[in-house]
Amino acid sequence: MTLLKIDRLSVSFTNYQGTSSVLDRVSLTIGRGQILGLVGESGCGKSVTARTILRLIPQPPGNITAGAILFKDEDLLKVSPRRMRQIRGNEISMIFQEPMSSLNPVFTVGNQMREVVWIHRKLKRREADAMCVEMLHQVQMPDPEAVLKKYPHELSGGMRQRVMVAMELVCAPELLIADEPTTALDVTIQGQVLAILTALTRERNISVLMITHDMGVVAQVCDRVAVMYAGRVVEAAPVQELFAGPMHPYTRGLIASIPSMDANDSLYSIPGSVPTLIDPPPGCRFHPRCTVRLDACDRQVPELRWITPEHQVACHGVPIGGRKGEAASAPGY
Amino acid sequence: MPPVIETKNLVKRFRIKEGFLGRRSKTLTAVDHISLHVSCGETLGLVGESGSGKSTVGNCILRLLNVTAGRVLYKGNDILSIKETEFRNIRGKLQVVFQDPQSSLDPRMTVKKIVGYPLRIQKGIKGKHLNNSVMTVLKDVGLSPEHLDRYPHEFSGGQRQRIGVARALITGPEFIVFDEPTSALDVSVQAQILNLIAGLQEKYQYAYLFISHDLAVVRHISTRIAVMYMGSIVETAPRERFFAAPCHPYTRALIASVPRPDPFQRQTLAVLHGDVPSPLHLPEGCRFYPRCKEVMDICRKVPPPRVEVAPEHWVDCHLYA
Repeated sequence: MTLLKIDRLSVSFTNYQGTSSVLDRVSLTIGRGQILGLVGESGCGKSVTARTILRLIPQPPGNITAGAILFKDEDLLKVSPRRMRQIRGNEISMIFQEPMSSLNPVFTVGNQMREVVWIHRKLKRREADAMCVEMLHQVQMPDPEAVLKKYPHELSGGMRQRVMVAMELVCAPELLIADEPTTALDVTIQGQVLAILTALTRERNISVLMITHDMGVVAQVCDRVAVMYAGRVVEAAPVQELFAGPMHPYTRGLIASIPSMDANDSLYSIPGSVPTLIDPPPGCRFHPRCTVRLDACDRQVPELRWITPEHQVACHGVPIGGRKGEAASAPGY
Repeated sequence: MPPVIETKNLVKRFRIKEGFLGRRSKTLTAVDHISLHVSCGETLGLVGESGSGKSTVGNCILRLLNVTAGRVLYKGNDILSIKETEFRNIRGKLQVVFQDPQSSLDPRMTVKKIVGYPLRIQKGIKGKHLNNSVMTVLKDVGLSPEHLDRYPHEFSGGQRQRIGVARALITGPEFIVFDEPTSALDVSVQAQILNLIAGLQEKYQYAYLFISHDLAVVRHISTRIAVMYMGSIVETAPRERFFAAPCHPYTRALIASVPRPDPFQRQTLAVLHGDVPSPLHLPEGCRFYPRCKEVMDICRKVPPPRVEVAPEHWVDCHLYA
């Protein structure tokens, strides 16, 4: 069952250099209880997508030019600011990358967590505190009562991020947006936070939009993956299918360029660099870096098409039905 | 032949001021008796979590920080005891590439100036000769003459890091410290820079100290790997051996917690519990014991001995004593 459906969403930003089309007809769907990974390099529009869902894009300079975001059949782009405030933190909540800058340094953890509860629920202080303590307990925080009285600087990075997870889940949202939740953490701490995050969301059937640039995190945590490049979704598939048979040349390059922990073969690197979005390449935005370019690629924008019932690709070179098996042996990879 | 760089019992302590006007102070041991060596054409990968002292080791070797105790030998000669003026002759042989190319390149200088600067101040080379040298290294790092008069902001992250590498190469170094050179870059660009760094070493036989928190990257680039935890090296081994037979419980946990890009094999991600303890209150005995799954009584009291479990494979752990 679909919980969130983003339909052909376009967002642009205007500054003194001109207008850049940061998102171009982005379509995504997240099912109930599903963990969708959104991957791509910096500047590809992952975070803008997430922020647009919660309408956190400042306008201007941002401008939502087209599309719809359907959350339980309600278009989030059309609802009133009042309704939007009810949704934020209650039905959809968001975890940001850097826990230190998303917690207020001059208020205690308890103060900030209670605020979330009080905005959405009519509760007494003691009841709100009980909810917070229970939630902190769930994220495996030692001595939750004491943590409520602490200031963010008294906690370690991993603990802060666990406080964030607790804070976002305390009102039992249906969708959690996690924007690079573990990028700022050390690898052993990242493991702890990811384990808690997935266990809690699976247990409560919460859908997650997991934004990351780490293909390892995607492979370990997500059910489905959408790959973005320069403001467009280029491929979306169940995680196992995407890793076993990536079809878009960019996805193939991305997977080939991950340094492996278990082999020493030489690294593939995608030639060139990410284009500017003020003047993006015409046609397929990946075509200047593509090794299997066709004639149509610099003229016609490839549509995001269903290649198989579960696999979407936006590439002129991929026929309907896909080309499984061929993908891994394609030239250059 | 002695290794290009060798450190012997390197110690770096910082004084942390506390209390009113900093009247009370505490000592933080960032680097505690580190001994390592790097030879020609070899890369020593130094891994560890944030705050483990990796970067401090690099800075101490380059004399960017004053060392509290211990020695640093360049081809067998102590470089810490010599005068700054004498050391300047050696500086060009020991270079560094920093993490963030955005902040390590002066935004007001052109590429020509940035890359040529070390040669100008160290050797006094000017004009045509300087230009020629700059062009040569730019070619080495995959940039072209048209880039000479541009400013750092006109480049992408990957290209900026190439400029950083070119600046390190121009003095003809023998030893280069790479301090997280790719952690600010995207994977596809990271691959370009790693291939570049590896290619340069093959061509010129540089000795590298490659500091990183990313085990996959370190695996890719290193000949030998050393793991740091809270200021000391807990395990050193040649690359193959390091990944095939890691010994220290911390190393094993570190390797196991890296999420593998393989959705067909889901891992248990929470391998280690607890947080890194504060370096101001180091645990007695083994530093890792509060988080260790195989902790024994002796670990809480006695610092672990250094054991050679295989040739070139050293572990600081009571399990192997």
